[in-house]
Amino acid sequence: MKQDKHGKNHKFGMVVDLDKCTGCGSCMVACMSENNVPFKEDESRKKDSITWMRVYKITNGKSFPETEICYMPRPCMHCGGKGDHGHSPCVSVCPAVATDYDHSSGIVSQIYTRCFGCRYCMGACPYHARYFNWWDPKWPEGMENYLSPDVSPRMRGVVEKCSFCFHRYQEARDRAYVEERDDIEEQEYQTACTQACPAGAITFGDLNNPDHEVYQMVEPDAHNCGKPKNPKAFRLLERLQTNPKVYYISEREWVRKAGDNYLEGEWEKVKNNHGNDHE
Amino acid sequence: MSNSIINILIDGVFMSELDEKTENGSVGAVEEGASGEQKAGGDSGTGYGVLFFIGAFVVCFLSGWLLFPNLLYSKKEQPFNFNHALHVEEMGGCDSCHSFREDGSFDGIPKTASCLECHEELLGETEDEAIFVSEYVEKEKEVPWLIYSQQPDCVFFSHAAHVVKAGMDCRSCHGDIGESTTTKTYEENRITGYSRDIWGKNIWGMKKNSWDRMKMDDCAECHQEETGSKGACFQCHK
Repeated sequence: MKQDKHGKNHKFGMVVDLDKCTGCGSCMVACMSENNVPFKEDESRKKDSITWMRVYKITNGKSFPETEICYMPRPCMHCGGKGDHGHSPCVSVCPAVATDYDHSSGIVSQIYTRCFGCRYCMGACPYHARYFNWWDPKWPEGMENYLSPDVSPRMRGVVEKCSFCFHRYQEARDRAYVEERDDIEEQEYQTACTQACPAGAITFGDLNNPDHEVYQMVEPDAHNCGKPKNPKAFRLLERLQTNPKVYYISEREWVRKAGDNYLEGEWEKVKNNHGNDHE
Repeated sequence: MSNSIINILIDGVFMSELDEKTENGSVGAVEEGASGEQKAGGDSGTGYGVLFFIGAFVVCFLSGWLLFPNLLYSKKEQPFNFNHALHVEEMGGCDSCHSFREDGSFDGIPKTASCLECHEELLGETEDEAIFVSEYVEKEKEVPWLIYSQQPDCVFFSHAAHVVKAGMDCRSCHGDIGESTTTKTYEENRITGYSRDIWGKNIWGMKKNSWDRMKMDDCAECHQEETGSKGACFQCHK
């Protein structure tokens, strides 16, 4: 496995506390403006619109007064694949090596100039985190000047997705280099959605570093594909063994159950020995 | 066992070749008799054809390698001449004008404000300085320099990582620009809009020095040597 010569490997990840999320959508807005995500004339056309971070609404399906609603923000999961070898669903199908797994940061990249738009990765991604640019972005007049210079805008015919605001990591490292530090601080690299969340539902940090809050919140089990030891924490479609780096936390059992498609009776087996089931 | 199989195979090949020869021979003899008259005229035609082919090849070859590069690049002059050698002499090393910002980013070409310390008024007698003072200092405008080493938009290059962390010399990528007394003509690729310094001056793609080209392969080559890996995409892309 490739190692970063300049220090030990990071594994950046995110924890979303679903009990705190109010579904306000600030993360989506912050993400779009941070990453120069183009908006469409008609944003209600979901086949056309691009949302690196998307808030889904789920319910427990019960009628009043037991109805409960949960909002679930969904960025790219930056899957490490089984054993964190970098075999994410999207990376392993890309015929152009336009997306790769960075073992030094655990981030799945997307290189727009290399992508030729076959969209295999979109088909492979079980989280619908990838989007295709059917059109060139059309910015309202003068808005080109307000685009972030740190993120390259995409052209028609390529796939794009959440990058965990990777450019912020690049900038944090630059600062560390100039200040002659070996590594960056936890707060130096935070994604736009994390900082924008008014409820503080999103936490971001290094899952390899026991001092970081994300680690303490979910206690990823390094010997079990990073599964959370915290029984209140879960990952989406855990049983696909995509090994995502986005964890969700909820006190509510039905929310945790909604994280995967359980057949009748399956959930009962999983819910109590959470983190121990080798499937 | 194996020898005998090979023998059979070889025999087979020779046999079929012989067969073909006899067949062709008989057909050729009939044709020769019929078209003997035309053949004399055909020979001089072939001669012209060869000549035409060689001529066309030379024309195409030369236009491809000599004319096309000239058509591909448009030439632009800098707003005025800049004497690097003189400034290095007066100011010291590269970092006296090209420095890092506090946040670790590289500030590239200095803004007019940083030149004001010396160039508030005319220092020397050159025409270029006169242009700078009258057009930019007095009007408080920035000089629209054309940047020879401007990378495409999708590239993230960290000067901090290379100069501070790895301790590289500016020269390794930028060459002897510090010794230049004039600014060279900026050549812009008409198709991509990139500077010619990215592809390199040599249209064949040959390079003698590490600063002759600034393509991804050149970055990867050095990364492979120095770090043992070309690095993940996001190391240099954004």
